[in-house]
This record gives sequence, C-alpha cells and structure tokens, in this order.
Amino acid sequence: MYKIVKKQELTTNIYLMEVEADRVAKTCEPGQFVIVRMDSESERIPLTICDYNREKGTVTIVFQTVGAGTKLMAQLSEGEYFHDFVGPLGCPSELVEQPLDEVKAKKILFVAGGVGAAPVYPQVKWLHEHGVAADVIVGSKTKDLLILEKEMEAVAGNLYVTTDDGSYGRSGMVTQTIKDLVAEGKKYDLCIAIGPMIMMKFVCLLTKELEIPTVVSLNPIMVDGTGMCGACRVTVGGKVKFACVDGPEFDGHEVNFDEAMRRQQIYKTAEGRAMLALEEGDTHHGGCGNCQ
Amino acid sequence: MDVLKRIPVREQDAKERATNFKEVCLGYNKEEAMEEASRCINCKNAQCVKGCPVAIQIPQFIEQVKNGNIEEAYRIISESSALPAVCGRVCPQESQCEGKCIRGFKGDPISIGKLERFVADWARENGIKPTPAAQKNGKKVAVIGSGPAGLTCAGDLAKLGYDVTIFEALHEAGGVLVYGIPEFRLPKTGVVAKEIENVKSLGVHIETNVVVGKSVTIDQLMDEEGFQAVFIGSGAGLPKFMGIPGENANGVFSANEYLTRSNLMKAFDPDSRTPIMHGKKVAVVGGGNVAMDAARTALRLGAEVHIVYRRSEEELPARVEEVHHAKEEGIIFDLLTNPTEILSDDKGWVTGMKCIRMELGEPDESGRRRPVEVPGSEFVMELDTVIMSLGTSPNPLISSTTKGLDTNKWKCIIADENNGKTTKEGVYAGGDAVTGAATVILAMGAGKAAAKGIDEYLSTK
Ligand SMILES: Cc1cc2nc3c(=O)[nH]c(=O)nc-3n(C[C@H](O)[C@H](O)[C@H](O)COP(=O)(O)OP(=O)(O)OC[C@H]3O[C@@H](n4cnc5c(N)ncnc54)[C@H](O)[C@@H]3O)c2cc1C
Ligand SMILES: Cc1cc2nc3c(=O)[nH]c(=O)nc-3n(C[C@H](O)[C@H](O)[C@H](O)COP(=O)(O)OP(=O)(O)OC[C@H]3O[C@@H](n4cnc5c(N)ncnc54)[C@H](O)[C@@H]3O)c2cc1C
Ligand code: SF4
Ligand code: SF4
Ligand code: FES
Ligand SMILES: [Mg+2]
Repeated sequence: MYKIVKKQELTTNIYLMEVEADRVAKTCEPGQFVIVRMDSESERIPLTICDYNREKGTVTIVFQTVGAGTKLMAQLSEGEYFHDFVGPLGCPSELVEQPLDEVKAKKILFVAGGVGAAPVYPQVKWLHEHGVAADVIVGSKTKDLLILEKEMEAVAGNLYVTTDDGSYGRSGMVTQTIKDLVAEGKKYDLCIAIGPMIMMKFVCLLTKELEIPTVVSLNPIMVDGTGMCGACRVTVGGKVKFACVDGPEFDGHEVNFDEAMRRQQIYKTAEGRAMLALEEGDTHHGGCGNCQ
Repeated sequence: MDVLKRIPVREQDAKERATNFKEVCLGYNKEEAMEEASRCINCKNAQCVKGCPVAIQIPQFIEQVKNGNIEEAYRIISESSALPAVCGRVCPQESQCEGKCIRGFKGDPISIGKLERFVADWARENGIKPTPAAQKNGKKVAVIGSGPAGLTCAGDLAKLGYDVTIFEALHEAGGVLVYGIPEFRLPKTGVVAKEIENVKSLGVHIETNVVVGKSVTIDQLMDEEGFQAVFIGSGAGLPKFMGIPGENANGVFSANEYLTRSNLMKAFDPDSRTPIMHGKKVAVVGGGNVAMDAARTALRLGAEVHIVYRRSEEELPARVEEVHHAKEEGIIFDLLTNPTEILSDDKGWVTGMKCIRMELGEPDESGRRRPVEVPGSEFVMELDTVIMSLGTSPNPLISSTTKGLDTNKWKCIIADENNGKTTKEGVYAGGDAVTGAATVILAMGAGKAAAKGIDEYLSTK
C-alpha cells in the first residue's frame, strides 16, 4: 500500500498527489511514468512522474479527471492509500541521459499543453538544477485551468503563458506563441512538447517547417506498462513501437499522430458506460438497452 | 466395467458453458477416481513416469487412490510437484505421462491428469498443507517472477530454510496462471490463489509492483539488499505480431492484451470497470493453447469466433482436450488459411481480413510440413475483431539491465538445464525466460532444478 502524504486540487479537476513509493522514488528519472490502482478492483492508470524526493521516498503525480478511473482517484484523500503504484516505467528523457555539456550547448524550448505542464516540470527542474535554463511555453484553455505556473517560473529560463481564450498571458494556441518567439528572433535547437495528442501533432507540423527537432511524450492506452500486451503500440518512422518500453518519448516528426489519436478511442463506448455507472450509481445496471 | 475405457469425467454441458466462465471440467469424485485408478496395472517399469517432466511417482500415487488413501497419494505427488491442482488441469498429458501409458496401446490411457487433479483438490478441500522448514538458515534469495517457475523455486528454497522474497511486476502473483489461462480452465480464487497461499505459508514473501530492471536491478538486489542468490523466472511475455498491413487498426489485439483484460483485470465480469472489445465476429490467428483460450473467451463474451491457422488440424500445437472443447462449444476452425492484410473503414476500425489458402509442402526444420500459399486463392473474411496469437518471446528488460547475463539469439537467458546456472555468478534462471514459451510443468521442473542448484551454491558459501 502506498500512502498519499499530500493532496492538492491545483485547479478544477486537476489534482496533485505526493505518494510514498520508496522504490520508485529511489530510481526514477524525468520522463518516466508509473501505473497506479486505487483499490483491488481498479483499472491500471498510467501517470507521468511529475516530481520525486529520493530522501523522503515520495513521488508526485498530477492528473486530470477525465473518466471513471481518474474520478475515483480524485476521491482519495490525504492519509489514504493507493493499492498499487508501480514504476518507474518507460525510458528516462533523452536529456538526462546525454552528456551534460552537449545539453548545455543547446537552446531548448518546452511546450506544455493543459495537464502536460506536469510532465514538463520535472525536466525543466532537472535542467535548472544542472545549470541549464530552458524556455517554457505553457498553454491552457483558460486562466482557471492553468497549473504549476509559480513552480515553473522558478525553474524556467523564460516562461511564456498563453490561454486559448486570452483570459491570461498571451492569447491563442501554443503554436501561435512558438511562431511569435521565432519571429522575434529566438532560435531553438530542440523542442520538447507534451500535452494532448492533437496539440503535439500541430506543434510537430509547425516545428518541422521551422526545422526544430522535436520530442513528444505519447500517452496511448496501456495495460501492463512492461511490454507484455502491445496495447500501447504506436507507429514511429514507419515502425511499430511499444510506447511503454520504447518510449514514452519519441521523435515527434516521425510519429503517426492520426493513428495514435484513433487508437486512443478504442474503448470509448465502454469508458462512457463506466462513467455513467459511476455517476448514476445503483440506478445504472447496464444492459437495459437504453444506452447503446 | 470395461478396463479399456476411461471413467468419463463430468463436464459442464457445451451449450451452457459457452455462455459462462465457470470451470468446464468438473473433475472426478472419490468413487470415480478410485474406479479409474483401479484400471492402472501398476507397471514395474512404468513408462508414464518417463513422460512426466518432473517424474511424479505415478503408479505409487495411483495405487493409493485405488485404496482410498488420498492423503498419502497427495504426499507422494508433493515430493515431485508443487502445483498439482494446476498441472492436473493444464498439462498436455496426451504427449506426456498419458501418452506413454501402457494402457494406451489397446484402449484409453489412464486419466493420470484427472487423478492428480482429484488428489490435489481433495487435499485443498481437506485443509492439507505442505510443511514449512523447521529452521531458517538466515540466507536470503530473491526470485523474480511469480509464475510456476518462480513459485516452485521459492517454495523449494523456503522448505530448505532460505529466506525467500518473490518480486512480481504485476499487481497480482501467479504469472500466466492469473493473467493468461482463463477462469473456465483454471479457477483463480478457487485454485490458483490457494496454491499461492500454500507457497506463502512456507514463509515466502511476495512483493508485487516491482519491475526488476526498472524499479531495482539484479545487482542492486545482490549488492544493496543482501540477496545472496537470484532466480529469474520472468517468463516469455513479449507478444509477436505478423507485421502485415493494417495490424494497428482499432480492433486488432494481442492475445496477451485480450486475455489480461479478461483474466487479471476481470473484464469477463460485467460488473468490472475494465473495458474489453465485445466483438460480434472475431478471428483468432494462431493454433496454440493461447489461441484456444482467446477464442473461447471471445465466444463467452458473445462472439462468433474463427480460429485462423496456416497449417492443418494435425499440426495444431494446442492440447487435444482444448481443441475438442473449443469445437464442442462452437468455435469455427479455418485451417490452412493465412492472413495477409487487415482491412478497416475510414475511421480505422477493423472490417475484415484478407487471407490466402495454404497447402502442406515438404517438411521444414521442425519436421512439420511447411505450409505454402495456393496461388490465386485470396479471399476476405468479414470481421470486427482480430486477436493475434502468434507466440511470445522473453522480455529483454532484465537481460538488458544485468551485466554478465548472457542471452541467445532468441533473447532467451542462457542457463544450465540441470541446475539453472546462468553466466553470472549467483544468478539462476528457468522456465519460459530460458526456453521460450513452453509449459507449466517444464517451468516448474526448471524452478525445482534451480532451487537445488542454488542450495548447492549457497551451502558452500
Ligand atoms: C505514459 C502515460 C502518461 C500519462 N500521464 C498522465 C499525467 O501525468 N496526467 C494525466 O492526467 N494523465 C496522464 N495520462 C493519461 C491517463 O492515463 C488517462 O487520462 C487515464 O488513464 C484515463 O482513465 P479514466 O478511467 O479516468 O478515463 P476513461 O474514460 O477510461 O478514458 C479517457 C481516455 O483516456 C485514455 N485512457 C483510458 N484508459 C487508459 C489507459 N489504461 N492507458 C492510457 N490511456 C487511457 C483514452 O484515450 C481514453 O479515451 C498518461 C497516459 C500515459 C500512457
Ligand atoms: C494463454 C496461455 C495458455 C496456456 N496454456 C497452457 C496449458 O494449457 N498448459 C501448459 O502446460 N502451459 C500453458 N501455457 C504456457 C505456460 O503458462 C507457461 O509456459 C508457464 O506459465 C511459464 O512459467 P514461468 O514461470 O516461466 O513464466 P510466467 O508464468 O510467464 O511468469 C512470469 C512472471 O514474471 C513476471 N515478470 C516478468 N518480468 C518481470 C520483471 N522484470 N520483474 C518482475 N517480474 C517480472 C511476470 O509478470 C509473470 O508474472 C499457456 C500460456 C498462455 C499465455
Ligand atoms: S505433472 Fe503433468 S505430466 Fe506429470 S503426471 Fe501430472 S499431468 Fe502428467
Ligand atoms: S503406464 Fe499406465 S498403467 Fe502403467 S503404471 Fe503408468 S499409469 Fe499405470
Ligand atoms: S502497455 Fe502493454 S505493452 Fe505497453
Ligand atoms: Mg477508464
């Protein structure tokens, strides 16, 4: 059992939890993820490692409630426990594996969309701790949905906030800010984009044009997270990869995003039913034929 | 009684069981078991024993069943096997013990598997447990993986007094016994969980949610956590795909994903929150036990199911009993048929599978006749789901993170068959991780041999 030592509602429907998980905290690196289960009947839910404290033996996750699984997860309170918490899974971000002087020589731009700010944060923090100041663009739909702004500010070189509706910071999608920065004369050697699949797709289309190599972190459907099931397969550079062991980070210019987005929809109907069952409790039995 | 004929075993009716996940075979009761046992002629030079990879003293245990001494029969089986309730259910007996039974020359071989299962079930129902070691020797051994190989190795070492911890990547112990083989062949709570409890009652600790190679490495286990030896029983869990066009369409799954969702994640239970594809027309590509299990699961979830296999019935690698049960339940066998492409609609969902007919040519390296394509015989099967069951290979997670641990060209860990010794000192391995996908009993046998090897190694230290 893995104790939740801190729970915070960052904004509507986005939660941060710091969890006791000694083995994960000891060995994890930025870019990796965990799989959690709330109780003995729960689904296995993959979440990126957002922060870790090796001394305390804790790992921080940040998640958005989107369906039945994450809704139930949000009901857990400080002092309660996760039934399962396994990791670190996947490969560490390439940045932490490369020789530091090579990394230092690069001008790096992070692009985070929505809850994607969470997985971007540990990488920017790691770079900051190793003396590298990276620029960061954080985009959200609206001011209320913006997360981790202060934390990011403390570790980023320049932080650019943009909201789709213009309610805070710059106005428009993250791609607009990238265009603006480049137009202002900024040059980048590497872009790391993490957020909804559709955002990563459009960032990649743009950075390909701008000739900025781009890394993305994919979040396909997963079951085991160890290479056993193949649910997470994605096509990168025409080759089939298992995101849980070969990724989750890949060369964004090589990813087949349309296929990846399509594959995220495989269980849409079943997920919708699970959500209904959760919201309507005992009144929903399934199988009545009224909700096909 | 006709001594040439087996005492039939009671089974759930085929029509009925095709719609539920309860166990298909109901097993013998004591009278039936004693009667079947009485057919055994207690051969002096018993061939059946030679067919059993762990050499259970078959005539001796059957003799006890004949006399109604079931507890003694259990004691005899336990000398050689740690998981009799499992092996009695899933061993390919027709090619092992029963395949060699002298009775088989003229009539039906003795139902050794069903007798073994009866004895194990009886022992469990009557609360008979293996005895823990009297004295601990204070030496720590780590076992990676909680499948049949790991459980057996851990149990044997614990009986010898070792302090054993099993590290399991998934959230539940049991390996393929919990995530792969379905409830209707091997009940999880009723049988597998009880066998695991037995191993725990010997003093074995099980730490779930530890992916060795990621959460911790073998070197760390040995250098920092004080384990003096390690046994690797991590199985062969990496699924193969065909590499044909369209294979990433929505509705194409590996058998591992499909079965894990149904078994480990309980999607077969309508109250479970785990989603699973409820296909209407499903093709399962492959002909092994895994393919039969995936097909029969899909059938129970309401689909019309086709097994698509490129060779003929004779070459089907699955156990004869499973093929027989599958046919009874209404699975359709499309033999000598090979997929060439998966077709999908404009939203990317499977609509069909292009196949080509095959015929058998000259024998290949495996001695089986090689299937060759019949020119111009392409056709399309309309489908909404395809389950790929083409075999699995060992996961490189451990070998790639352990210096000095050698593998062969199939990524299988190199280990000595007699004692499990690998190329790294203090590290032993066995089961599917060494042989590639094989059987429960072979994995168990390898776990046993490695326990002996580890004991010999640590006794001299
Ligand atoms: C490597 C990785 C890292 C991730 N990191 C984060 C993170 O840091 N924060 C965060 O909020 N979310 C993250 N996600 C996404 C998160 O796992 C899903 O939002 C969650 O599983 C949805 O479950 P649900 O039951 O609440 O929703 P559902 O209603 O069941 O599903 C909603 C959508 O989420 C996706 N999804 C559902 N089940 C899974 C699954 N088992 N694996 C992957 N995706 C699934 C599907 O696209 C689905 O359509 C990550 C996913 C992956 C693969
Ligand atoms: C669907 C199916 C049906 C089958 N039917 C039959 C049958 O009828 N009869 C028969 O004899 N055989 C059958 N088999 C084959 C048989 O189940 C296997 O040969 C046997 O389980 C192998 O045992 P094992 O202990 O080597 O590995 P497994 O049972 O595969 O167990 C390995 C365990 O190690 C864990 N693991 C892997 N990597 C790590 C890691 N890095 N760290 C920690 N843990 C790890 C896995 O999660 C797993 O729990 C079937 C197999 C399948 C998949
Ligand atoms: S363990 Fe398997 S092969 Fe050996 S006697 Fe039992 S059923 Fe036969
Ligand atoms: S070969 Fe058959 S008849 Fe002979 S001892 Fe074995 S089970 Fe009995
Ligand atoms: S999640 Fe199962 S192989 Fe990647
Ligand atoms: Mg869900």
